[in-house]
Amino acid sequence: MSARAGAGKAVTMGERPARERVRDFSEVDCGLSAEEAVAEAERCLQCKKPSCIKGCPVEIDIPLFIARIAERDFLGAARIIKEANLLPAVCGRVCPQEVQCEGACILGGKERPVRIGDLERFVADREREQGLVIPPVAEPTGKRVAVVGSGPAGLTAAAELARAGHNVTVFESLHEPGGVLMYGIPSFRLPKDVVQAEIDQLRGMGVEILTNHLAGASIPVADLHAYDAVFIGTGAGLPFFMNIPGEQLNGVYSANEFLTRVNLMHADRFPEYDTPVRHAGRVVVVGGGNVAMDAARVARRLGARVTLVYRRREEDLPARRAEVIRAQQEGVEFELCANPVRILGSHFVTGVECVRMEMCSLDDSGRPEPSPLKGSNFTIDADMVIQAIGQGPNPLLIRKIEGITYGRKGNILVDEEGRSSLEKVFAAGDVATGAATVILAMGGAKKAARAIDRMLREDQRDH
Amino acid sequence: MYRVIEAGQLADRIFQIWVEAPHVARHALAGQFLVIRIDEHGERIPLTVSAVSGDLVRIIFMAVGKTTHQLSTLKAGDFIRDVAGPLGRPSEIGMFGTCVVVGGGAGIASCPIIARAARAAGNHVIGIIGARNAGFLILEDEMREACDDLFVATDDGSRGFHGFAADVLKEVIEGRKVDCVWIIGPAIMMKVTSEVTRPKGIRTFVSLNPIMVDGTGMCGSCRVQVGGETKFACVDGPEFNAHEVDFDLLMQRQRTYFDEEKASLERYHERACRCGEGGHHG
Repeated sequence: MSARAGAGKAVTMGERPARERVRDFSEVDCGLSAEEAVAEAERCLQCKKPSCIKGCPVEIDIPLFIARIAERDFLGAARIIKEANLLPAVCGRVCPQEVQCEGACILGGKERPVRIGDLERFVADREREQGLVIPPVAEPTGKRVAVVGSGPAGLTAAAELARAGHNVTVFESLHEPGGVLMYGIPSFRLPKDVVQAEIDQLRGMGVEILTNHLAGASIPVADLHAYDAVFIGTGAGLPFFMNIPGEQLNGVYSANEFLTRVNLMHADRFPEYDTPVRHAGRVVVVGGGNVAMDAARVARRLGARVTLVYRRREEDLPARRAEVIRAQQEGVEFELCANPVRILGSHFVTGVECVRMEMCSLDDSGRPEPSPLKGSNFTIDADMVIQAIGQGPNPLLIRKIEGITYGRKGNILVDEEGRSSLEKVFAAGDVATGAATVILAMGGAKKAARAIDRMLREDQRDH
Repeated sequence: MYRVIEAGQLADRIFQIWVEAPHVARHALAGQFLVIRIDEHGERIPLTVSAVSGDLVRIIFMAVGKTTHQLSTLKAGDFIRDVAGPLGRPSEIGMFGTCVVVGGGAGIASCPIIARAARAAGNHVIGIIGARNAGFLILEDEMREACDDLFVATDDGSRGFHGFAADVLKEVIEGRKVDCVWIIGPAIMMKVTSEVTRPKGIRTFVSLNPIMVDGTGMCGSCRVQVGGETKFACVDGPEFNAHEVDFDLLMQRQRTYFDEEKASLERYHERACRCGEGGHHG
């Protein structure tokens, strides 16, 4: 890869030029070469009290796997990571390492932190190229666990429980497992064969994944309760809309719909694939999070001119900094301190009326509270509008589980180990926390899986 | 993979398939739907659960777009890649008294299961089925069996009453006290027909059929306006109070992919011709 820096220089991921990558859905980062990975691994100080591990929600033994890389024992490194995390190729790509392991790296103070995420990805990709090694599973316990949802939380819980010897069945309502990893995150950030390969490991561990099964419908709640434990990881799949006039016009999408059409249903390849998506010349994306960046960058790849409208300032954008920069490189225009007040058009969208926002006193999150500037309205032409302003837990299953307590936003209330108000029912990930990151969902799921395992073992002793 | 057990044509451009899908068949109730995807390249489309029998579920559809045309070529022994469900809320079946179940065109597919459920709940059930002409009429015998009385109407008078189902409904509600009405058919038919029951304030349900993707509340493609509020037809419906539905908006949103659907169907027919197989050209 020509974009790669030579040995000895600062190691950078092989990022494809924006002009080239905006024309396809192939991965933006090409990853590290073996030489680059070894050179980067050698930078690790092997701290006696590593703070990076504390920064990792799934507690990977980071210095140990990095040491293996430095010794060129790449498969050994993979084994160490997989003891803690069965989805390293996913996490290496989509974790916000800058605020987790890398954010805690001691080298960050002096120069720059070790690129732990890139190394994790390198190791995972290496192992996959040579054929993934299915992790060992404990003797069967005879206990059955139902896992609802096959996104990051469900997959993690299923892996941990299978590892512990439990009989795990995963229920997924869509036709592919993976949840947000499949329908939400675009392939240029997370190729789908990478996700599939890591999910296949679970099957190799004996986990049964039933697609097209909507828990609470295809499998009634009473049948779920018949399992020795139930783990709910149904995520935050319910899209929010702004509730402004014009939202019903044709061409107004939730980010979920837009991304699902392209990522899961391959609408970018219509009519080879049957699912269409509107062919838009000008797209307005509303929101400033990672989902908004994904939607904007997908829309660019479909050939549209894209304007991202966000109500606060650039420094307030909740998306990962690297993704914001990549969106900018790819030609996404940012209209900051602005907020849509109305979507224009008859039948089909023709534009978005926005208002300028003024930054006022800080709110609870420490960010300035934006407030509309009177008379500052302006219009952006658009034939598609994508709302990426967040999503909440899907209430479908939760409403049907009698006795489970949930919060005002519909999130299942759980303790630190994922226990719900119902015995034997656990939950983690976005359905418990509200919309957050892949890795936080995995961290929560891992804790819950451990608690389930403990409960099932105590159960066994009692009998 | 879900095996097609039986497949056949019911009327002009209208087909039925019995598919083996135990997870749907064993739990589906009147008024619910399922989502199918024919193959790896397929789109997800919602179809009403028209009947169940053991582990089998019946779908009935009119061949209008690419997917339904392709679906109409399936034979017993073929497979459907994905069948998800049952989805949506079941019909609100109560002991109302006298119920009328009105079906139009392919929408008649949804009627027998509702009529049976309403009758089982102790209601006197009147059925009205209407179609453009006798050639488009389906499930007459089944409806006759499911209902206490059945009226048939065709736009051209080629079978039964000469006129619309709405005209028959009008006569029925003028002749006797009716407590609850279901109307299921094309959006325009539901719009017109539900006006009949509005003056008397009769509880009236319609089953909405907007464009869907996942069918589980995840995408919002199927959002409709009911009583001035945004609802997702897939999880809040598909049945709603007819008198609160914004039908014009429903019809507008149904046309979102009009051009794409047309192009896709043309491409399908071209390829079917070139390959010398499949493809009904109704």
